[in-house]
Amino acid sequence: MRVGVRTFIEGWPVYRQLTGNDPLGRGAAAQSARSRSLTPRTAEADSVAKSVCPYCAVGCGQRVFVKDGRVTQIEGDPDSPHSRGRLCPKGSASEQLVNGDQRVRTVKYRRPYGTEWEDLDLETAMEMIVDRTIEARRRGWQDADDRGNRLNRTMGIASLGGATLDNEENYLIKKLFTAMGAIQVENQARI
Amino acid sequence: MPGLGASFGRGGATGDLQDLSNADVIVIQGSNMAECHPVGFQWVMEAKARGAKVIHIDPRFTRTSALADSYVPIRSGTDIVLLGAIINRVLTQERDFREYVLAYTNASWLVSEDFEGPEDLDGLFSGFDSDTRSYDTASWQYAGAEEDGDEQEETAESTESESGHAMGAGGASVDHESIRRDETLQDPRTVWQVMKRHFSRYTPEMVQEVCGIPTDLFEEVAEAWITNSGREKTGVLVYSVGWTQRGTGVQYIRAGAILQLLLGNMGRPGGGVMALRGHASIQGSTDIPTLYNLLPGYLQMPHATRHPSLAAYVDAIKGANQKGFWGNADAYTVSLLKAYFGDAATAENDYLFDALPKIDGDHGTYGQVMDMIEGGKIFGYFLLGQNPAVGSANGRAQRLGMANLDWLVVRDLVMIESATFWKDAPEVETGEIVPEQCRTEVFFLPAASHVEKEGTFTQTQRLLQWREKAVNPPGDCRSELWFFYHLGRRMREKLSGSTDPRDRLLLDVTWDYPVHGEEQEPSSADVLREINGYDLTSGELVPGFTALKADGSTSSGCWIYSGVYADDVNQAARRKPGREQSLHAPEWGWAWPMNRRVLYNRASADPEGRPWSERKALVWWDEDAGRWVGDDVPDFEVTKPPSYRPPEGATGVAAIAGDDPFIMQSDGKGWLYAPKGVVDGPLPAHYEPAESPFRNTVYTQQQNPARELYTNHLNQVHPSPPERGSEVFPFVWVTSRLTEHHTAGGMSRYLPYLAELQPALFMEVSPELAALRGLEHLGWAHAVTARAVVEARVLVTDRLAPLRVQDREVHQIWMPYHWGAGGLTTGDVVNDLAHLTLDPNVHIQEFKAGTCDVQPGRRPRGAAVLDLIDAYRVRGGVTMSSGSVAVTAELLHPDGKDRGEQAMAGATGTGTGHRAEDMEKVLSVRHDIRSRPGDPQQHGVPAVVIDDDPDTSLEGS
Repeated sequence: MRVGVRTFIEGWPVYRQLTGNDPLGRGAAAQSARSRSLTPRTAEADSVAKSVCPYCAVGCGQRVFVKDGRVTQIEGDPDSPHSRGRLCPKGSASEQLVNGDQRVRTVKYRRPYGTEWEDLDLETAMEMIVDRTIEARRRGWQDADDRGNRLNRTMGIASLGGATLDNEENYLIKKLFTAMGAIQVENQARI
Repeated sequence: MPGLGASFGRGGATGDLQDLSNADVIVIQGSNMAECHPVGFQWVMEAKARGAKVIHIDPRFTRTSALADSYVPIRSGTDIVLLGAIINRVLTQERDFREYVLAYTNASWLVSEDFEGPEDLDGLFSGFDSDTRSYDTASWQYAGAEEDGDEQEETAESTESESGHAMGAGGASVDHESIRRDETLQDPRTVWQVMKRHFSRYTPEMVQEVCGIPTDLFEEVAEAWITNSGREKTGVLVYSVGWTQRGTGVQYIRAGAILQLLLGNMGRPGGGVMALRGHASIQGSTDIPTLYNLLPGYLQMPHATRHPSLAAYVDAIKGANQKGFWGNADAYTVSLLKAYFGDAATAENDYLFDALPKIDGDHGTYGQVMDMIEGGKIFGYFLLGQNPAVGSANGRAQRLGMANLDWLVVRDLVMIESATFWKDAPEVETGEIVPEQCRTEVFFLPAASHVEKEGTFTQTQRLLQWREKAVNPPGDCRSELWFFYHLGRRMREKLSGSTDPRDRLLLDVTWDYPVHGEEQEPSSADVLREINGYDLTSGELVPGFTALKADGSTSSGCWIYSGVYADDVNQAARRKPGREQSLHAPEWGWAWPMNRRVLYNRASADPEGRPWSERKALVWWDEDAGRWVGDDVPDFEVTKPPSYRPPEGATGVAAIAGDDPFIMQSDGKGWLYAPKGVVDGPLPAHYEPAESPFRNTVYTQQQNPARELYTNHLNQVHPSPPERGSEVFPFVWVTSRLTEHHTAGGMSRYLPYLAELQPALFMEVSPELAALRGLEHLGWAHAVTARAVVEARVLVTDRLAPLRVQDREVHQIWMPYHWGAGGLTTGDVVNDLAHLTLDPNVHIQEFKAGTCDVQPGRRPRGAAVLDLIDAYRVRGGVTMSSGSVAVTAELLHPDGKDRGEQAMAGATGTGTGHRAEDMEKVLSVRHDIRSRPGDPQQHGVPAVVIDDDPDTSLEGS
């Protein structure tokens, strides 16, 4: 019974606040049995990927917590020498960027003069884009200028974007466009 | 970033964010770092806590200002006047770090007798051609350099604007042996004396008159910067797009670079120029460029006439008799071609150089949009994580261009406005786009997010950081690596039997990337290894760019990134915690070049190799060890002693003397005066923004004469004095970012957290402007330009104090630009207000100073929007030719009237484009948007009838 009384008293937050090491009552003193039993999503993760924030160019370190093949939380990486674990509101919201309902997860197609999106499977879309790229490339081809200088290029295709992409991706983009003769490649460095 | 490239040799931030904490003074200008790079800003706070003085110079009081020691309000577009006046003070009072300046800059070198500057030519530099709107830079050379025999070629090189961006990793070429010096700095042709004369009119009084900065505040800034620089102290300059998104932005950076060189702040701890960039890998996307005028590593894209052969191409980069690491341009180029084309590239076929596509002019994004509007030139368009319908200047032109394509592929995370323009663009409301009549076929392919793929970003301090893949992308979402690999694979399969020479490169390109997993994803690590490069004889990865050869025995997809996979280790994936390392944390990620964190750090030691001071030691010469040592990887040949002097006739790396810290520069020095590499002047001069309510009082010349304009009915520029009509658009508008949103909004407006934090588009105005126009706090107002009308909620705040300029009050308004029709919070597209006037060096648009009117209430709806714009155009005399004359003197009345009088008087004969026939022409073409010439796609609303005679209505305004 006396043990029961002590448990009862210790279950009283004010007692814990007065006697424990949480005088402001913002931590352990305020915990209920329920909150005490909770563990953070980060502790339950199956794996943690070391990543980098995708927003501005500070490049803050991120830790991406994964459970059951799904991202459960993204936090700042305290190991990063320049961000030291901090993230701004955008970086802190990046779990929503990955998991949110705003993401479109299937291919959408708008036919000429169409008024609504239609569904299209990825394989068909790729084939259509390949055919159109080959055709636009051919139609816009220029062998030489009017003084006979070699141009070896197509003006039928243009591309915009790259500053949000990986270096490896930009490398393949520029390599492929150069090989196909498409010179009109641009990105946010000039928006 | 040619402003930095031409000055120092490389177009990247010169130090790292942590190094800001070593500074004694931090000047933040053209950047709201606390809100736009908030996590990086902790290092400014570190410095402040250690006693550094923090100065923020900006049109708007922001959180950055709140945390600074001094806040200096400035009229947008006048920064060169402020910097010029500080430079003038340093020069006239001889407050420079003289030993540094003599040893490490071109101050003592003689400039050609043929050079004339704005002092002589009232705002122009010598060599301007009004017809081509560009400079012939022959007269800007050093004395002696003009006699070196290949002047013609060099001239062609530097007057062509597409060479500008190529200065990203190296300065322009000059013959270093022909240079003459006067170390006493007394010869009137020395760079020192030329500068002294050039900046003499930039005075504190001029600062007050032009920038609106009181003299005592100028005094405070100048003294804080100067007294906190020198042997014992260093200062750092921080800038961002507040400087770069301008018609003269490269010259802003040049002005800052000149000051930092004069004060001896380059290459030293707590010094340098911190260029804060705005996207996760925008530095990477210029290093490995998705840009038309560059190949990886800032090699130029081959030009049809200038580069007829590989030898000519390499010679053009190496220059005649120049110093520095561009001397090995042949090794970098051949190694790239080997990476691209493998065994098909041989010495016999010049490594397929001749088969490469060639450029021959401006093929930039804004030129492309104009071609789309015209129709019949560009058929297909790929958008890769970019939303030009919101993010690019003059969104109307962007959207009408996209409405005139055959097909469009949008790869993004969310349904951005650039994918949905055909049904919800503002032009649908005005009747200019009718979905049933818009023929553009649109493919939306969902993209993988940053945690669903692996790869590297290069952030603002040139640091490559590898991201691990956390999860697989959902559904049809795929990486760009997947998309482009498979696009290329399928194209090659379809064309595999082709014998057409046009298909040769596509079939020769090395494209055998192994794929893995259910999605058949290529490996980013394989691509990064290809970027690093191989020794093709042994099959080993090369240790760095110095191992690259010109004989075809090495490959490297980007020479400046060579070393990122040294020792078969992904150096970018290194993650030794910062707290277990020195401040620069050399074992976290990998910085180009060769993991050097502070560029030009040879300059942290004196010419003999000793630290300038104990307090500011970084890298120094260890005589006993016979090498450079210190807290950073030396940005110098590690065993080349300070006493080394090149033998006569030496070129390239061998010609770099032991006291030449700027190893990418063709003469080894920091450039106070840029004889080459900047196309609109060797020294910065103040011009008013392309649209300004004020007459330029520094020179007769009103705007940058070499600015690029696109003449198009969708892109009319407001008149500025001395042309009439500017009073119709009396306010200056500025745009920038919020902490809670990101660029064009695709990654923020759609997220519940961020949309809730910043739920609406708003416009900040001063209480004075609110009173003037009857604007109510939290009510509605709309801003009007000749391009668009944009409505927003009003935020009345004294953060935007009116400034007193030329004895009258000027009001500035500010808006964030993140909004559009999509997402959880929607609003008008602010960038629609902008016109396309571009910096001639880099083709960047001017977002940071335009003129507008502001009126209370919501904007009109539907076609009435166009009526309102038309009414303003007529009142302001805005036509396709307004604001477009290159040389202002040619506008002025020949009777020699005082130019100040001309400016504000609205006198007759001072403007062009006010003719009635011009106005009619403009109004007649406005609704004529075509898919093909002769095949109108859009049947817009009937043309508006304007009763007013334009000339008459102008009289009344």
